[in-house]
Amino acid sequence: MSASIRLVDVHKRYGELEVLRGVSLDIPAGQTVSVIGPSGSGKSTLLRLLMTLERPTSGVIEIDGASMWTTPDGKPAGNAHVRRVRGKIGMVFQHFNLFPHMTALGNVIEAPIHVAGLSRDEAVQRGREYLDMVGLGDKVDTYPAQLSGGQKQRVGIARALAMRPEIMLFDEVTSALDPELVGGILQIMRDLASQRTMTMIIVTHQMKFAERSSDRTLFFDQGNIVEDAPSAELFAHPREDRTQQFLQAVIEAE
Amino acid sequence: MNPIFDWSFAWQIAPALARALAITVQATVLGMLMAVVLGLLLALARRAPWALLSWPAAFVVEFVRSTPLLVQMYFLFYVLPAGGVQLSPLVTGTLALGLHYAAYCAEVYRAGIEAVPRGQIEAATALNLSAWRTATGVVLPQAIPPVVPALGNYLVAMFKDTPLLSAITVVELLQQSKIIGSATFRYTEPLTLVGALFLVLSLAAAWGVRRLERRLQRYGGRA
Repeated sequence: MSASIRLVDVHKRYGELEVLRGVSLDIPAGQTVSVIGPSGSGKSTLLRLLMTLERPTSGVIEIDGASMWTTPDGKPAGNAHVRRVRGKIGMVFQHFNLFPHMTALGNVIEAPIHVAGLSRDEAVQRGREYLDMVGLGDKVDTYPAQLSGGQKQRVGIARALAMRPEIMLFDEVTSALDPELVGGILQIMRDLASQRTMTMIIVTHQMKFAERSSDRTLFFDQGNIVEDAPSAELFAHPREDRTQQFLQAVIEAE
Repeated sequence: MNPIFDWSFAWQIAPALARALAITVQATVLGMLMAVVLGLLLALARRAPWALLSWPAAFVVEFVRSTPLLVQMYFLFYVLPAGGVQLSPLVTGTLALGLHYAAYCAEVYRAGIEAVPRGQIEAATALNLSAWRTATGVVLPQAIPPVVPALGNYLVAMFKDTPLLSAITVVELLQQSKIIGSATFRYTEPLTLVGALFLVLSLAAAWGVRRLERRLQRYGGRA
């Protein structure tokens, strides 16, 4: 199961600073979308808004047609409504944000037990499945401090997947990793994308990954979507000058 | 001429001092129990999003920390009965100790809670954990172990503040030694023993806290 996403004229302001300047966007269920652009362009803010970690200053965000912050009759949504929407979404963080006082398995089963209401046995079974899937079947009882960056991020992915989200958000999940560990994480994401069971939004600096493994790429700059095209097309024939400059600069750096 | 320290006299007064020590330890243990529990509640209340909860908590903490323990003790001792609340001096004194140190413990907890990285709460939110589970399952298990040494210091400090209970007629260690002194005109032995008992128990408590601290820091390091 996957869910669609819709943004209508979303603004996000921190005091004087306007980080998102009227973003409108439609993502059909099951699509894999890469988001690229210079730092400070609003990519991560987009994900944080979708994860309900922050509220938009104005504008509407809809998940499967349901507004995130207002009830169907137009009133401000209460906590129960927001949690219902949030339950469809999972997120993986740049700095992992694993719970250091829990083992790898403990991290993965925390929400299945305390949010989904699974029994401990069911949750452990599910947790082991997802840790196996990300290649950490033998690290079940290891604490995060004893894991490498790549292993931590695998736990982060398994933890989010264990709640069977309809939408997965990846916020620069390889940026804090040593270069040789990046490939493994990207491979997991590629596999997930090919299953088409979730809508995926991937904020990334891995241009090759965006180009080859996502359906569509958004180029963000200064709080707006500058270009939005099928990935192959955006990288082969960028239409906007700013996209061309950005890609040029990134390719030269690589 | 009497010897400076008469061991047989010391032995003779030991049972009375032991009884007084039991009172001192009881006041410390119960007072500290109250301080760590009430302190945590105050710290949580202070962070609550409702002003109705956070303001009174902040007021209690600031008020208690800004007035002397002895004044608080006298206040409870003389004012509570006037308000119709009849409590034994020991209970009154223990309440005063507990309340006073709860305010300090609240600040310790607050520092611990604020040191938990924001990303931890964001991860808990992303997993859709309830506010309660986020507090009890994610934040507090990371906030409390690092502050155990600070709480332990307050345990020792509270233990050393128990002689103030003598001011409100509780026969704890110091009061007992004064009673013995005024009856026998010998102060050396009782006061020396009292000092020695405080020293030994303070060191033992500090050692116990260090052990607890090590046990709690099993997982070491942040993720």
